[in-house]
Amino acid sequence: MPISPLNKESNADNPGAAKHRGIEARFQLKHKDFELDINFTAPAKGVTGIFGPSGSGKTTLLRCIAGLEKPDQGYFSVKGHCWQDKKQSWPVHRRPIGYVFQEASLFPHLNVRENIEYGWQRIAKNQRKLKLDEVVAWLGLETLLHRQTDQLSGGQRQRVAIARALLTSPQLLLMDEPLASLDPAGKAEILPYLESLYQELDIPVLYVSHSPQEVQQLGDYLILLNQGRVQAVGELNTLLTDPQLPIAHFEDAAAVLNARVISHDEEFHLTSLGFNGGQVSVSYNGLPIGHQARLRICARDVSLALIPPQQISISNSFPVRIVSLNPDRDPSQMLVRCETGGQNLLARITRRSVSLLDIVPDKIVYAQVKSVALMK
Amino acid sequence: MDFSQFDSQPIWLTFRLATTTTLLLLCIATPLAWWLANTRCRFRQAINALVALPLVLPPTVIGFYLLLVLGPKGWLGQLTESLGIGLLPFTFSGLVIGSVIYSLPFAVQPIQNAFAAIGRRPLEVAATLRASPWDRFVSVALPLAKRGLLTGAVLGFAHTLGEFGVVLMIGGNIPGQTQVLSVAIFDHVEAYEYGEAHVLAAGTLVFSFLVLLTLYWRIDQRRTDKI
Repeated sequence: MPISPLNKESNADNPGAAKHRGIEARFQLKHKDFELDINFTAPAKGVTGIFGPSGSGKTTLLRCIAGLEKPDQGYFSVKGHCWQDKKQSWPVHRRPIGYVFQEASLFPHLNVRENIEYGWQRIAKNQRKLKLDEVVAWLGLETLLHRQTDQLSGGQRQRVAIARALLTSPQLLLMDEPLASLDPAGKAEILPYLESLYQELDIPVLYVSHSPQEVQQLGDYLILLNQGRVQAVGELNTLLTDPQLPIAHFEDAAAVLNARVISHDEEFHLTSLGFNGGQVSVSYNGLPIGHQARLRICARDVSLALIPPQQISISNSFPVRIVSLNPDRDPSQMLVRCETGGQNLLARITRRSVSLLDIVPDKIVYAQVKSVALMK
Repeated sequence: MDFSQFDSQPIWLTFRLATTTTLLLLCIATPLAWWLANTRCRFRQAINALVALPLVLPPTVIGFYLLLVLGPKGWLGQLTESLGIGLLPFTFSGLVIGSVIYSLPFAVQPIQNAFAAIGRRPLEVAATLRASPWDRFVSVALPLAKRGLLTGAVLGFAHTLGEFGVVLMIGGNIPGQTQVLSVAIFDHVEAYEYGEAHVLAAGTLVFSFLVLLTLYWRIDQRRTDKI
């Protein structure tokens, strides 16, 4: 049976095909000084961050998924459509992916419009789920269409690259550190687009990054890589607060909590956000009531109290249950994982405080949060 | 000197030869350069060296062996005869074959360098944007190597104008058929017709200079465009 990547049903009636409805990946690859041995499943929705130190195989993994790298053994399927197994491997140009490289990699011989249209022209008309004009407008490229690519700033180039990848109407978007080559201004320019991209388009994204902050801001699900192997896979909140993983011990280790805007206080210029088990206030932001937001709380900004704190300037406080206590990198510190309404939080407190307050698992204490960052 | 007696045949013959050679060179050198720029084949260095041979060999060596191979006892000669084409030495076709081989490195090397300079990334990007291998070659590799292709064509053309040894060996000196510019000049000098020799020689000199000037001027302009 001929296999067409454009035919969505190509695997549906094939009982031997992948049954997993998410993303299923297995790759083995041996280079001279590097070995990749990857095996994971992830949901085929939202943003899955692929995080790890440089040299951990993040980019190689992404290249295997795109078909740009030939693994010794490989298996890959998305929503039950198998792109690669023992018998077959779709060539790159037949995989329904969008790939955004670290450098924008625009074609220098084409202008902005021609770059954007390159992939769009190469897919069948009935496969074009996104309209050219809409994507151009959404990424604010209207005035740049006739420019040559060398007349663009770094941020503009990356916006063009994102538009170009999106216009192939991919079933999976692969992003390889799209912010890494940008200066802070360029990063700030692109981030809002990435955030709304995932909210507005129903395309699963694999997002490679070595920046914890990007992963905290954009990811829903997380794959941690180390030395070519999968270290952990799971929900963002679970992995970020797992004391067994190095990421929880970073200097700026933080938990990410989902919350909802519940009220605004104009007198004190505050916005309150609630989550299961508590609420916090941040500086007024004008977001609509009910807006789903993401809170980032650093472990070092959380202290624990046995009674509801009073007569203290910190107003963000809520009860939490102690889940676990682990030694931190600094021998004087302990990393405490707490839970509230199903979401986890990290607190970095001194070993002495643990002893004085008799903090043990399952105890209910009050988390005082000095600073909360609203991420989106 | 009597210009009414001036024989312009060698000039047109030379241009016909250079044009035919250049077109053939582009057809042969482009895929060859692409292969050399991308292959991991272990024989690639040998092929590279083989292509570059005309740069260092005396033209008479190439001419001599071509004469043997294409001659009535050579295997190519026997092949062309059995195909009914006849023998190629001392014909225009023979000249073209000699020219293509002799000018091949001048066309291959700039094109090969241009392909190598593109790198893998633009082609990978094109692949992720649904372009098939042939599509990538035509829509990305060729346009990005345009300068190399132009340089290769101009150098191949100019070099064909200037060849002497190979042409003399394989083409001989038949007016109207194989007597090209350089051979005609040699003829004139042999016959002490310095006036005629001057006209052809100076013309070739000026023309070649103008061709190269245009080439370098264009390359330079591209560079300033970029800045």
